[in-house]
Amino acid sequence: MGIRERLSGNEAVAYAMKQINPDVMGAFPITPSTEIPQYFGAYVDNGEVDTEFVTVESEHSSMSVCIGAQAAGCRAVSATSSCGLSYMTEMLYVAASDRLPITLAVSCRALSGPININNDHSDAMSVRDTGWLMLFAETNQEAYDNYLQAMRIGEAVDLPIMICQDGFITSHAIENIELVETDKVKAFVGEYKPRHYLLNKDEPIAVGAYATPTYYIESKRLQAQAMMDAKDVIRKVGAEFGEMTGRRYELIEKYMMDDAETAVVIIGSSAGTAKAAVNELRESGKKVGLIKIRAFRPFPAEDIADALKNVKAFAAMDKSDSFNAHCGPLYAETCAALYANGVCAPKGINYIYGLGGRDVRVESIKTVFSELDKIAETGETGDTYRYLDVRE
Amino acid sequence: MKDIVEIRWHGRGGQGAKTASLLLADAAFNTGKYVQGFPEYGPERMGAPITAYNRISTERSTVHSNIYYPDFVVVVDETLLSSVDVTAGLKPEGAIVINSGKAPEQLRPLLKGYTGRVCTIDAGRISEEELGKNFPNTPMLAAIVKVSRVVDPEAFVKDMEASFRHKFASKPQVIEGNMRARKRSMEEVQVG
Repeated sequence: MGIRERLSGNEAVAYAMKQINPDVMGAFPITPSTEIPQYFGAYVDNGEVDTEFVTVESEHSSMSVCIGAQAAGCRAVSATSSCGLSYMTEMLYVAASDRLPITLAVSCRALSGPININNDHSDAMSVRDTGWLMLFAETNQEAYDNYLQAMRIGEAVDLPIMICQDGFITSHAIENIELVETDKVKAFVGEYKPRHYLLNKDEPIAVGAYATPTYYIESKRLQAQAMMDAKDVIRKVGAEFGEMTGRRYELIEKYMMDDAETAVVIIGSSAGTAKAAVNELRESGKKVGLIKIRAFRPFPAEDIADALKNVKAFAAMDKSDSFNAHCGPLYAETCAALYANGVCAPKGINYIYGLGGRDVRVESIKTVFSELDKIAETGETGDTYRYLDVRE
Repeated sequence: MKDIVEIRWHGRGGQGAKTASLLLADAAFNTGKYVQGFPEYGPERMGAPITAYNRISTERSTVHSNIYYPDFVVVVDETLLSSVDVTAGLKPEGAIVINSGKAPEQLRPLLKGYTGRVCTIDAGRISEEELGKNFPNTPMLAAIVKVSRVVDPEAFVKDMEASFRHKFASKPQVIEGNMRARKRSMEEVQVG
């Protein structure tokens, strides 16, 4: 029934990689994800895995290594953060459009400038439209569990997948974790059986071909279909993982939402802090709740709309800004989800929070709920685009 | 022990405050607790003030923020007392443990009216005498265990010995020195 351990989030991901024993890793270091290839490199060096560990000169190249390896028929992995992810961007589109289910661990970090090594979601959010599946973790446990489910999900729909966690906040923090026995991991993840691959002599194929206007949009339509199909796959794999471990996963997690009148929609480690705020407010009789986004790609529009349909007011919490003089990405997509599903009653506001490692406290989230209270009472949203815990 | 104990470490880059917080998390983990051990990363460089944290609890804590109202504070470098507000938010029923050769009453005036227990331990001297080098974090760890009892001190000593015997099987002198340093620290910590 699992192995009781304590590991940092980076260690947990490296350990999951070790248990899976992928064929190829493209490795280039950047804070705060550096420890992942560092720990994994030690496993390679000790002969504990037989992964081809390819050290390169940049993230553009580490993703290119993954693309080449995965196209050949291998399971390929990498890890990165921040500007490293930005530098991969061109190749992220190539990986997704070539339908290569690569697994990329992201320890999320702010983008320059000012230069900053701490956590926010600017890096991951800036590549949200590259065609990758994206799962986010609240804890080290979830980073590990998501990683173990990643290949099952990506390979089922032929899309690459990012397993995101919060840089330093979980990547460098030791927490209790329950590991899955390696034989069970191997049985759960299974062998990679690519449908089409370059080293299959019986089926010569081209990868990365040019597409004229006659074909390009059909290719994109298929990619869009794969992303839609991924919703059910994520639910099924999450349920199967739950049967094995007792930890069941969906696209979103609803916390105290059944009778909630106000709610926050939030991603990553701050969801845990927000749960503590919800608990405290519940003790004083406030009907508050929380929706945690686990899958940002595909975006769980129906689930969010369903969870929010009865609240009076909600706040979508964005750990990145779109600099559109309007709102961050989570608010934009949450509102679109409500509109598309015919949910019009809840009043919604957006908070940009936690940028560049600004600490998110229980008190911070309680402030948000107290603003939501006012909105629920008066029906006046006021300014919908707000910054939290900022010196004005 | 309370359901949750929160500890804040103040040190300087390179002194091992982060490592000490991770070792304390390990020790508490080994006694069945839920633990968090994490550093606050700023402009990392040798000698710059750094902060690290522990949450040790009987139920999993979901909070992922820094600690503002600690039960205990550990100061690995005495010179920080003049530049960092080390007692900020520190609960009066808790304690502060400072690496210093001075007596607690000599340091209390520097602590901005803190009314709780002030404890000192000459971790630098113990480390130099027992390990031949200034590695204050082993004796500091022992002192905070003794003062906070966040881990049973006897269980802590046994657990650390077992882990050192495993880690340094080929260097018995490291094990013995560390064990002596821990034992002395627990005996010599002054509570004022």
